[in-house]
Amino acid sequence: MKIRLGEIAYARSGDKGSGATLGIIAHTPDGYTMIKAFVTAEAVEAYFKPMGCGPVRRFEWENLLALQFALPSVLAGGGSRSLRIDSQGKTIGQAVLEMQIEVPEHLVANAKPIA
Amino acid sequence: MLRIGNAQGFWGDSVDAPATLLSQQPDLDYLTLDYLAEVSLSIMAAQRAKDPSLGYARDFVDVVKSLAPLWQAGSTCKLIANAGGLNPRACAMACADALREAGCTGKRIGIVSGDDVLPILRARAGESQFTNLDTGESLATVSDRLVTANAYVGGAPVVDALQQGADIVITGRVADPCLIAGPAVHHYGWSWDDHDRIASALVAGHLIECGTQVTGGISTNWLDVPNAGNIGFPVIELHDDASFVVTKPNGTGGWVNERTVKEQLVYEIGDPGDYITPDARVSLLSLKLEDLGNDRVRVRGVKGNPPTDSYKVSATYRDGYWAQGMLTVFGRDAEKKARRSGEIIIERLRNAGVVLEAHNIECLGAGACAPGILPEPALLECVLRIAVRDSRREAVERFSKELAPLVTSGPQGITGYAAGRPRVSPVFGYWPCLIDKREVTCTSEVIAV
Repeated sequence: MKIRLGEIAYARSGDKGSGATLGIIAHTPDGYTMIKAFVTAEAVEAYFKPMGCGPVRRFEWENLLALQFALPSVLAGGGSRSLRIDSQGKTIGQAVLEMQIEVPEHLVANAKPIA
Repeated sequence: MLRIGNAQGFWGDSVDAPATLLSQQPDLDYLTLDYLAEVSLSIMAAQRAKDPSLGYARDFVDVVKSLAPLWQAGSTCKLIANAGGLNPRACAMACADALREAGCTGKRIGIVSGDDVLPILRARAGESQFTNLDTGESLATVSDRLVTANAYVGGAPVVDALQQGADIVITGRVADPCLIAGPAVHHYGWSWDDHDRIASALVAGHLIECGTQVTGGISTNWLDVPNAGNIGFPVIELHDDASFVVTKPNGTGGWVNERTVKEQLVYEIGDPGDYITPDARVSLLSLKLEDLGNDRVRVRGVKGNPPTDSYKVSATYRDGYWAQGMLTVFGRDAEKKARRSGEIIIERLRNAGVVLEAHNIECLGAGACAPGILPEPALLECVLRIAVRDSRREAVERFSKELAPLVTSGPQGITGYAAGRPRVSPVFGYWPCLIDKREVTCTSEVIAV
């Protein structure tokens, strides 16, 4: 089934020069298994390609149930030179949570936050 | 146990926060304030060019003034800030004057300098160590336009100033987390070779250096944050084993929980297995979080490795001028009308003989923050934002005059020109590179007020 990444994870982004950093954090261990499998460096790179994103690096951060990404050149020049409204990557986290991912239906319930 | 707070996440953060935090948490041992972002120093350079006695965060002098009554009432909390920017000495002098004026004498101000490496970069731009870390270009391509170059130095000179009895330590480009690690090392007398403890204090610093970003600010679930208007600034309770608790004063808004701490841990981190700071290479892969409830989260298990042989340098260079303007468009097909209005501005400039080197037309409300990522909705209202950049100031100035005519020649429903003509500002390019640590000598001195 297709779900919105924001249903099973939260995020925070920032800038490093002309690139952005992005952390995606799963709500549960099952959610982490899912994002590890489906939110690949390739998927994130393809998603942000229209913004000029370069080769994405992904780091696994299991003790936080998180994946960390470096998104080079996604800010069109970065904090000082970019002509975009978001020159500092503040909104990348919100953007990635809108990503649709295809996941096995039986895993979804255990990936959602415990109310 | 050592209590370290942060009440300034960047230059422009709440000016009341330092005095408020110290009033709410009178048992603080250290109050740290971070003023510097990647290109803040270039703004300070422009101020210093107009007046050699400037070049620091002037807001900080007001902060010192606001803390004077608390010190006079008996607080012994020490203050550490990188507000000195390009001119820590002038900043210290201004603070000393402010304290004398307030009748708050007897304080000692430490001045940390030596991070300014501009003369070295100017003289030796061809060296490979100064190659741009992002682009691989040689510094020689911009060396005649360099404005600032500062090494991100560590906490050692802060410790030195504290050992000399400083109550207030004013620094230049001390790396943000080192403002917190410095007092920890001073208090507990740790060796700089005790990499695990140093690393843990640096993580504490990383967590609080952006102020309210760890107490609920910019949280994914921000709408759920309680009493966000009265958000508290963060406090670290640090133990001799370097484990620590992140918390905030009782009775303040916001919250500190596993989620807020995780979100700030991932903030602006590259490889979590090798977070490079001037004082240690930190691994964040083994740390353990424990949510203790009541806005308290314990962090332990941080691992550290010896630091690298180089400092990161943040340099800036002049890179032309820019301006941005906005107009609001309301009505059917608002997004189309806004976009066409933007294109007309560029067309009219071209007809006037002005071809700008770079421009960007955005329709705010239509997904401009993530262009091309999300489907554009049909809008009844959006904001045209147009930003331009050019090496010629006069070209950008010509642009700034081209928005207003649309108020009568553009689409019906165009409005919101109250802000007037766009302001033309210089662009400072950012140049990250490295420098051998042996080339940088930081010094600390202490003056009495």
